[in-house]
Amino acid sequence: MSQALAAELGRIVGPRWVRTRPSELTAYEADGLPAHASRPALAVLPGTRTELIAVIRLLHVAAVPFVARGAGTGLSGGALAAPDAVLVVLTRLNRILHLDPARRRAVVEPGVVNARLSDAALPHGLYYAPDPSSQSACTLGGNVAENAGGPHCLKYGVTTNHVVALEVLLPDGQVVRLGSRSGESWGPDLVGLFVGSEGMFGIATEITLRLEPLPASVRTLLAAFPSIRAASEAVSGIIAAGIVPAAMEMMDQACVRAVEASIYAAGYPADAAAVLLVEVDGAPGAVQAEADQVEALLLRHRATEVRRADTPAERVRLWQGRKKAFGAMGRIAPDLAVQDAVVPRSALPDILDQVAAIAARYDLRVANVFHAGDGNLHPNISFDGRDPAIVARVRAANHDIMHACLAVGGSITGEHGVGSDKLEYMPDAFDAETLGAMRAVRRVFDPSSRANPGKVLPNHACREWRRGAVA
Amino acid sequence: MNPGVLDRLRALLGTAAVSRDPDGVPRAVPDSVDALAATLRLVDEAGWRVRLEGHGSWVPPDARADLALTTRGLDRIVAVHPADLVATVEGGVPMDALQRRLAVDGMWLPLDPPGRPERTIGSVVATATAGALRAGFGPVRDHVLGCTAVTGDGRVIRPGGTVVKNVAGYDLTKLQVGGFGAFGVLTTLHLRLRARPAADITLLARAPRDHLTSAARDLADAGASFSALELFSPTVAADADWMLAARCTGSAAGVAGDRAQLLDTTGLAWTELDRDRAHAFWHLVTHAGSGAAVTLRLGVLAPGLDELLDLVGQQLDEGLIWAGASHGGLRWAGDASPDQLRTLRNLAAAREVPLTLERAPWATRQAVGHFGAYREGVGPLVAQLREVFDPSGRLVVAMDGVDS
Repeated sequence: MSQALAAELGRIVGPRWVRTRPSELTAYEADGLPAHASRPALAVLPGTRTELIAVIRLLHVAAVPFVARGAGTGLSGGALAAPDAVLVVLTRLNRILHLDPARRRAVVEPGVVNARLSDAALPHGLYYAPDPSSQSACTLGGNVAENAGGPHCLKYGVTTNHVVALEVLLPDGQVVRLGSRSGESWGPDLVGLFVGSEGMFGIATEITLRLEPLPASVRTLLAAFPSIRAASEAVSGIIAAGIVPAAMEMMDQACVRAVEASIYAAGYPADAAAVLLVEVDGAPGAVQAEADQVEALLLRHRATEVRRADTPAERVRLWQGRKKAFGAMGRIAPDLAVQDAVVPRSALPDILDQVAAIAARYDLRVANVFHAGDGNLHPNISFDGRDPAIVARVRAANHDIMHACLAVGGSITGEHGVGSDKLEYMPDAFDAETLGAMRAVRRVFDPSSRANPGKVLPNHACREWRRGAVA
Repeated sequence: MNPGVLDRLRALLGTAAVSRDPDGVPRAVPDSVDALAATLRLVDEAGWRVRLEGHGSWVPPDARADLALTTRGLDRIVAVHPADLVATVEGGVPMDALQRRLAVDGMWLPLDPPGRPERTIGSVVATATAGALRAGFGPVRDHVLGCTAVTGDGRVIRPGGTVVKNVAGYDLTKLQVGGFGAFGVLTTLHLRLRARPAADITLLARAPRDHLTSAARDLADAGASFSALELFSPTVAADADWMLAARCTGSAAGVAGDRAQLLDTTGLAWTELDRDRAHAFWHLVTHAGSGAAVTLRLGVLAPGLDELLDLVGQQLDEGLIWAGASHGGLRWAGDASPDQLRTLRNLAAAREVPLTLERAPWATRQAVGHFGAYREGVGPLVAQLREVFDPSGRLVVAMDGVDS
């Protein structure tokens, strides 16, 4: 890439916000999934919306591909730029532009950190519901690109359920406004189409989000089970009773032991085959009664122990192990393959048996922590990436896990996105016609395919569609 | 009209599946996704223009076209999974039949759209017409996990999936929900369901309109939320006054808590309906506008509701109005000219409120469009997306007005 381009970018954002030296670019080689790495030609960090628009217009004129990146906490190798591409880092666009408590809306720039929005909304009795595990670091722009989830999405929905309007900078530098603050669109639901497009339709420069009132009361229960199957049946029993908990999270024994052996030890029962966290929230009287009902259901489904947290401090303690599970597992071995897949809730016990069998077949250690309420699995494999033979076994095991999930009608990703990591499974998840339609839609937003090229869609597997009239 | 095409269509679908509608327009009733796709490929080659219909009870089946293509032959409930609270249904399944089937397994689809009970699920999804339950259960898009859609040139796409959480690939399903069929025909839908609530109560309060909107604001300030909190004009409520209806669903304790909050917070005189009367009430208000020629919705949030209600009263009338007192959204039904609709759309747009024309006679739809008042740069995106999914423009859908 030419030095002239770097100089021109420097004139827009200031030379100190253009990174070209290999030592500076190392930080941008990978996201939260180190199995995929690629060093960009350069990284540019615009500080204002105006600078960002000027950067994208310059890249359009120069016909240079680009990749938008937030905090780099993604888990799909999604925000990686090839050596011929510019990485556009959005972390300096971190202003909360408007908080509207009466309408329960917030307007933010893409680099605002997820948890910061809830902090800002707190004095108004409001919060932002989607809570990915990385919420203290991940940005809302990244959440929009990936349609991020989190434990509390069981009741409150994922990112797409909370984005009502967007200002989008298209890859040709044009700015369009999609949606309205009410959530009703001015035409077809282009906001819904944009959310989860993994940075391939353009960059969200302004995001209007729905805020939720803080629940008046919250109760958290932790139950130990003698088997994953028993815990899974308890999950189904709670849902079938018409209760929609705010969260239902499960950890298997390997995960619990990893947590308890770490500095994050939360006092979880380490001899249990599965630990289930259930949280209910709402009006105080109702929550008390629902917590009682949940406890009875847990015991009826053979829970050997149920703990209840009624105060915020107790809740934090019960949640600590779950929230730090990835960190704890990361300490077991040099590398951690974090997986993300979804199965119908009723298939959970069988799939977890299969995951265990797959791990045994490849002689790998797998620990499961997952959003049990919506069947979103995270089987995580701890391994030593310095050994190519082990890496090959991890790849093979992941392949088998994905196909096992697809075989029961599941999905290859529930909240992490396809990115680079799941690209190879897309032809197994969608037929060539559907993939072709996706590519054709992408070309509407990005006719020259310069925004985050090479992600999500395996070109060879897409059937060609007649191309719409493009600029 | 090319009779050869009709013969080929009969050969394709069977003689009984090709008839003529009351206006003499040929009507095709394919009974499978493949047959519907083959139909569209055939008429695409012939250069015919196609209008889409479900049961023809919501958007009038009156668009000028060479062929009426109805989904009413696609009326199978393909799969119901009570343990996973999901179902797969064909687009032509009537809403009432679907709810009856789900009830057998203790489930429901918490969608209460306006229109006749036999309205198809495909029509509800394609037009994104939600009812009062959107306050508690979200808009139509939140209930749809994936779909099968057939494009204007007969291609079959299957975006999304059957699980409740899924971010694989672009969310093309969102484009189909509320797309009015401009991006294809919805032949199969994967739906997210709920367990039927243990308790389900409805309370009504009658008062002048501003008393009711004020009470709704008090409830919002108190952090209360209900499955529905809907405001009805006197004509809809068949009452002398405006009416506010609260529907509380969930566990017995949860519903008792909602009821207490409603009574404690508002100071209104509430009447609780028993189950039968509640059922009859919701049926009455949901279908009150079925005979009206024009139905539209306005994307307004609750704080702007009073102003919008005044605006609608001034520009149209205060006849048939439904409004979300907690989560916003306003629906109006009646008679309105294209000029009136354009004026209201512009006035609403100035307040950042989109107006969607849900249904109207073809001449009005064509003049005003389901949508309009696009923001800068959005119109070309919509036009190009239509070209992707209907490259030769076979599907007759009045997306945008002739003047927008």
